[in-house]
Amino acid sequence: MPKKTLTLALMDPPYESANTTTAFRIISSALKKGINVNVFAYEGAVSLSMKDQAPHANPVKGTTVEQEDHPTTKAFVSSLLGIGKEDPLLTWVNCGLCVDERGAGNCVEGAKRGGPADFLKMAQESTNTLVIPTK
Amino acid sequence: MTRYLFIESRDPFESRDAQFIVHTASALKQRGDDVTVFLVQNGVLAARKNARASHLPQLAEIGVNLLADDFSLRERGIRGEEINREIRESSIDNLVDMLVQDNTKAIWH
Repeated sequence: MPKKTLTLALMDPPYESANTTTAFRIISSALKKGINVNVFAYEGAVSLSMKDQAPHANPVKGTTVEQEDHPTTKAFVSSLLGIGKEDPLLTWVNCGLCVDERGAGNCVEGAKRGGPADFLKMAQESTNTLVIPTK
Repeated sequence: MTRYLFIESRDPFESRDAQFIVHTASALKQRGDDVTVFLVQNGVLAARKNARASHLPQLAEIGVNLLADDFSLRERGIRGEEINREIRESSIDNLVDMLVQDNTKAIWH
């Protein structure tokens, strides 16, 4: 039986929408089932993998960075890329034009630069494609 | 027969366009297609028995499969016994299984 592949298009920027959490859950579940996953990050979603994100303390509560243990989307993306290193494979492509607009070129290891043509190819070669648009 | 999988993330009490799901899912079901609506995020708020204005019972009546993400239910403090009996608790793992079934079209809303 041929290997199954799921493609997701993401558009929401980090820390804005529960869509991102659900997308990460779908990717994680698919990889754990041995399904290859393609992600095409478009518009604000290119910042999900931005390396410059930093967890922060909470001066209102008086807690430290360590106590807050603030989750960053770059850490989730890195972790997913770690699970999907080879078999199953997670391919993460950021839209290059969207990256340039946002100055989000410094991304975590494993995330690649591409364009809408990559998304078309991914969709054509996948078992299914799910587009998660902004609201 | 095509399988249609709607993933409803919106709270129908906040977004009036949740009617899109009712109209589209109903039309596809009446055409003889297999239709599932998977509720996730604030979409699960319509699954409560007490949500009297919910659009879901009319979908159940015509045979649309209604599933609600267990994680989203727990996040919102909705217990199993509070869910309308036509809606089954499901999981993201189940959603992924449905997504990779042959001949399935997935629509996020």
